Amino acid sequence: MLEDTKDLFTGTADKAKTRHVYSVSEITRDIKLILENTFGEIWVEGEISNFKAATSGHFYFTLKDEATVIAAAMFARANRDVKFKIEDGLKTICFGRVEVYGPRGQYQIIVEKIEPKGVGAQQLAFEQLKNRLFKEGLFSAEHKKPLPLLPFSVGIVTSSAGAAVRDILQILKRGASCVNLIIRSVRVQGEGAAGEIAAAVEDFNQFKRVGAIIVCRGGGSTEDLWAFNEEIVVRAIYNSAIPVISAVGHQINITLSDLVADAFVETPSAAAKIIVDKKNSLLSELDSCRYEINASASGVIHRLGSDLAALRQMLKSPLDRLLEKQQLLDEISNSLFLNMKHYLEITRQRAGSLTQRLDALSPLSILSRGYSLSMLMPDEEVVKDASKLKVGDVIKTVLARGSFLGSVQEVTQNERKTDV
Amino acid sequence: MKEKQTFEDDFKRLQKIVEELAGGRLTLGESLKKYEEGIRLAQSCSSLLSDAQRKVELLMKKDGKYALDKFDDSPQEEK
Repeated sequence: MLEDTKDLFTGTADKAKTRHVYSVSEITRDIKLILENTFGEIWVEGEISNFKAATSGHFYFTLKDEATVIAAAMFARANRDVKFKIEDGLKTICFGRVEVYGPRGQYQIIVEKIEPKGVGAQQLAFEQLKNRLFKEGLFSAEHKKPLPLLPFSVGIVTSSAGAAVRDILQILKRGASCVNLIIRSVRVQGEGAAGEIAAAVEDFNQFKRVGAIIVCRGGGSTEDLWAFNEEIVVRAIYNSAIPVISAVGHQINITLSDLVADAFVETPSAAAKIIVDKKNSLLSELDSCRYEINASASGVIHRLGSDLAALRQMLKSPLDRLLEKQQLLDEISNSLFLNMKHYLEITRQRAGSLTQRLDALSPLSILSRGYSLSMLMPDEEVVKDASKLKVGDVIKTVLARGSFLGSVQEVTQNERKTDV
Repeated sequence: MKEKQTFEDDFKRLQKIVEELAGGRLTLGESLKKYEEGIRLAQSCSSLLSDAQRKVELLMKKDGKYALDKFDDSPQEEK
């Protein structure tokens, strides 16, 4: 310890004495050696600012805290795998090494890994992509296509070896065995999975012969489900002309595939149950259709029955009217008979009184008062004028009681006229 | 898909017939016709739904052409 101090002291004295002059390169090389050897690989926490992505693919930025900044570079080979978007203001923890960059006399950190502070890198990437696609309108309701009444043929995008496809096959076999299934087997996790899933959705759109597509996989960690958050998958689902049901993972996982799909459920089993439910509700609707048709038909028959009864009533009625008329006729003829009888009675009475009056006026009644009637025989012509008579004519004289014949002795003309 | 199209058309036609019959403005002849058609449609729709002859196939793509392969789903039946 003591020796070291002495050496240091003498060394300094020597240098001062010999006035060693560094070249810029030399001092820079020494600084580089000291800095790079002293720190090696380190973690640094700081906020991103002055971020620039060069055309070469390298990223340049500074990390800062309240008081200081340090330059940072992240080369293309390192930043290729960064899932989230690095941007100003982002609080990060960077892993890398301190390096002195001679040409600019600058020290900087060469960043190998970068993590957002507070949230996980994937979580951040997820949020960033979600926000971007949301703003683009990919998740909006007006883009959602309705599912068919019942897809009789369903495309399934998943691993043919996975639990998800087994669950779906089993549930549909039990609950909706009228539905044909076409599986497009894909890797559902790991490198290349997203590309295969997206391509499979496009394949079904070209193949066309399915009414709906189920994009699914069983539960897993966020990393396992990551493919379903990749932009290529989200866009393939968005562009699908065939309605897509997304069923990824378990209850708690919501992927971007879920958000963009026309319908989403929490598990593959639930996707199968949608179809079973649709089938069952169609069956019960068919039952109620049958019931209503029958009810309407018996209603029609019932109505027609009562119409028929009404018609029959109307048909019966002329007969009734005839009877009515007959009755009326009977009544009328009856009263006609009574009236006639009455009329005859009255007539008879009138005839009686007329006879009496006639009697009173009869010439016979005059004769009874002493008058007589002379008739010239043989014609029994009543004699009113003596000039019509001549001596010797036979005359019948009618008295009140009886008559006699006589002959004319003398004729006297106008005798009575002068008397009167 | 043809099946599905037929089903959707038949089902919509059936719903229309139900409405028309319920409306009660049809003659007896029309009613009977619609009734017969309705019952027939309900029957064919139901039998499509009750069909148990489902197929499970794998969609394969070779040289840009699609083909359907049989998918053996028997193992899960044993489960």
